[in-house]
Amino acid sequence: MATETPAFGLYVHWPFCAAKCPYCDFNSHVWAKVDQDQWLPLYLTEIKRESERTPDHVLKTIFFGGGTPSLMQPDVVQKIIEAARGAWRTSNDLEITLEANPTSVEAAKFRSLKDAGVNRVSIGVQATNNEALKLLGRLHTIEEAWAAVDAAQLVFDRSSFDLIYARQYQTLTDWREELSLALSRAAGHLSLYQLTIEDGTAFGDRYRRGRLPGLPDEDTSADMFLLTQELCDAAGLPAYEVSNHATPGNEARHNLIYWQGGDYAGIGPGAHGRLTINGKRIATEAYLDPAGWRNAVLTHGNGESASRTLSSEDVGVEALLMGLRVRDGLPDRRVPWDQINENEHNDLILNGFLERDATGLRLSDQGRPVVNAVINRLLS
Amino acid sequence: MTELDHIRNFSIVAHIDHGKSTLADRLIQMTGTVADREMKEQLLDSMDIERERGITIKANTVRIEYPAKDGETYVLNLIDTPGHVDFGYEVSRSMQAVEGSLLVVDATQGVEAQTLANVYQAIEADHEIVPVLNKIDLPAADMERVAEQIEDVIGIDATDAIQISAKTGVGIPDVLEAIVTRLPAPGGDRDAPLKVMLVDSYYDAYLGVVVLIRVVDGVIKKGDRIKMLKTGGTYSIDRLGVFRPEMTDIAELGPGEIGFFTASIKQVRDTRVGDTITHEKKGTTEALPGFKPSQPVVFCGLFPVDNAEFEDLRDAIEKLALNDASFSYEMETSAALGFGFRCGFLGLLHLEVIRDRIEREYNIELITTAPSVIYHVYMRDGTMIELHNPADMPDPSLIDHIEEPRIKATILVPDEYLGDVLKLCQDRRGIQEDLTYAGSRAMVVYDLPLNEVVFDFYDRLKSVTKGYASFDYQLTGYREDNLVKMQILVNDEPVDALSMMVHRDRAEARGRAMCEKLKDLIPRHMFKIPIQAAIGGRIIARETLAALRKDVTAKCYGGDATRKRKLLDKQKAGKKKMRQFGKVDIPQEAFISALKMDG
Repeated sequence: MATETPAFGLYVHWPFCAAKCPYCDFNSHVWAKVDQDQWLPLYLTEIKRESERTPDHVLKTIFFGGGTPSLMQPDVVQKIIEAARGAWRTSNDLEITLEANPTSVEAAKFRSLKDAGVNRVSIGVQATNNEALKLLGRLHTIEEAWAAVDAAQLVFDRSSFDLIYARQYQTLTDWREELSLALSRAAGHLSLYQLTIEDGTAFGDRYRRGRLPGLPDEDTSADMFLLTQELCDAAGLPAYEVSNHATPGNEARHNLIYWQGGDYAGIGPGAHGRLTINGKRIATEAYLDPAGWRNAVLTHGNGESASRTLSSEDVGVEALLMGLRVRDGLPDRRVPWDQINENEHNDLILNGFLERDATGLRLSDQGRPVVNAVINRLLS
Repeated sequence: MTELDHIRNFSIVAHIDHGKSTLADRLIQMTGTVADREMKEQLLDSMDIERERGITIKANTVRIEYPAKDGETYVLNLIDTPGHVDFGYEVSRSMQAVEGSLLVVDATQGVEAQTLANVYQAIEADHEIVPVLNKIDLPAADMERVAEQIEDVIGIDATDAIQISAKTGVGIPDVLEAIVTRLPAPGGDRDAPLKVMLVDSYYDAYLGVVVLIRVVDGVIKKGDRIKMLKTGGTYSIDRLGVFRPEMTDIAELGPGEIGFFTASIKQVRDTRVGDTITHEKKGTTEALPGFKPSQPVVFCGLFPVDNAEFEDLRDAIEKLALNDASFSYEMETSAALGFGFRCGFLGLLHLEVIRDRIEREYNIELITTAPSVIYHVYMRDGTMIELHNPADMPDPSLIDHIEEPRIKATILVPDEYLGDVLKLCQDRRGIQEDLTYAGSRAMVVYDLPLNEVVFDFYDRLKSVTKGYASFDYQLTGYREDNLVKMQILVNDEPVDALSMMVHRDRAEARGRAMCEKLKDLIPRHMFKIPIQAAIGGRIIARETLAALRKDVTAKCYGGDATRKRKLLDKQKAGKKKMRQFGKVDIPQEAFISALKMDG
């Protein structure tokens, strides 16, 4: 049967952090002590389980996310990579990314992580001055961060770093300076995120109580977004996704799998997956709580807390939600036409928010800053 | 049946929280009418809303038997009247049904506006009035000052004011004794044709309509065929009784007595407060004076937030109307809000009570449109239209002039807030009629247009006086003024639910305030939205809501697909709470908030 094999990646979630950042709503936990040798077999069990139901999938990428995966021992990382390589057929140019915090301790591990098989790191620099880092609750200084970026660029062929902008007290001019500095240091890839206040985080609580002053208003943050596009375009790192910028060819292939509707197995506490099995697309979720996940894997050989088959409507909505974020948009065949409000679609094109041609549907430069509103209207 | 000279009928006049219900409870308890173990707070307030808000909406009666110091046992009938201005007519009927009043004043607070309005009703009904100073157990009580105030402000002798604490029970025996010795016994002729006043009525799920009555002349008995003079309805008395305070059957009620009957009456609407009841045969033809059909004075539209709940709303309104003859409704269609009802109320409190009951008892979320009063629109052809929905405003070129209802507002306020109160009244087109002082409190009387009061006057008054002002009003009549219909246009589309009648001189300010408010209340869209106020075709105020500039999730990776999907579904559900006007979504709360003015 000639079904199309989707691009396939493995996401490995390492949930532990040295400290929780006040803005972060990812599934991260601070434990006094983590015996990594006890955790390794759990990941190996999960890789085996996932590979058994996806025997024909060809692994193109591995991504260690967290939490703080740079706290993992290189030998643990290595054994997970080896297990994945043994479990699936892999493409020749397997991309293996690991998220890293820019402390000196972690930078010192870069070479052994490379030896373990990692070929790309993404570093959470977050801000380019120490006051801002303090406001974000980061444990590193900017000096350490740049040292880590330098070390990464020396060790790895491909690396990226993250910045958070639209922060408390940050002006448009501040951001222009910060981003210019960042662009002068970037090696082909940058992730630039506007600060989002999430419920259930320390920032979320403070915001609700009116204790998070100095955040830019909608107009300023829109200006910051536009400035970001302008400066990155000029530096040759255009946005290939809402918050991700790269020189051509340096895009994060793992993340593109998410946005382009590929398959991914998610292992580790709280990890999500999307797998195409027998022509059906399955959404999986693992137990969020690390101890709960560990228990489930130990007792049942399965860390999955939920798994359901997506309806064609679900698949269509997800295709749009994820796909429109990418510069190139969705190829025509993946656009869920039957769910799209034709009047809104036409109106959005007429007003310059959306572009459509034979190759597919994508946002215009004008539509990108309001992508959520565009999607809401398309699906209304 | 009780001899006339052994009957005393009375009501209690008091401001909210001055202890009316507590005193009533104490009188009932001390005469052993209710066993101590059955005692619960505020026996007479039966509805949840009454108890919660500490207000009385329906009249209640209770019959107390009191062995007086003279060795005789007297029957004391208390009518607990609705205390609020909205129910002024009902109060006046209850007052007519008794011969005396206890004027209860909080000795720590003094006379309040509501006390005044009600005590004037008592004076008008020729009542003997016994002043009672309550809460004397509190350290802040100042009996001398308050007694003086009663004399100054109300003009009745307070030398023999009874000092009590309804809470502790101090002075209650004196009150009981004063009712017997100081209030007159009722008159009436047992042999005359039956003449009974309909004091109030309410719907009981088991008994049907229960009618509260005061017998003026003649004797009413179980099984009697009776007739209502105004409505012409005829019935047989099924059950006749008195409240002690539970319903107790009785064979007959004679002159001066107060009680209830049931007569298989299906709707409260068939019983008119103030109507005269007599025997079907050989009855009187002479009606009691002062009957007035109940007239709504404030109107607004009630629409379900969810259009699918229209039938539920109809059901709720019909059920409530069964028990409330003073509330009117008719179906209304709004381009903006879909199907709903245009409802008439006795006042703002009445409106709030009904709205709360629909939301709470029937679980229907409502959009309430701008309250409107009844305007008299005089046409060039000599006809007059009663306008109670700005949407029905005729073509201005056909109108000769418009008159609006005015009120006489009485406000009592501590000195230090007087300036703010005067400014508020002036801003609302008020004309000062009187300003007097009683101690450190000022009494201000203003002639005000009712339409300036129905929006948020009371809220504003409370806020500028930190809650220390008290306010009451009565309708005085209609007067011509320069009134126009102001429309609000959102993205060039008129939003009918936001139309309102305003004074021409105030239109610009009102319009500007509305547009500014709406600008904050309507979420940004993907295009810019003009928000305008207009009179006829002329734009008098304009704001522009800028286009949405940023609506983008910063991070969206593998784990976020599910989350984003859920968010999208949530936003869709949220959109149901919005109303669409052309291409613009207006949230439900905008309709309510936009009408609240800050000045």
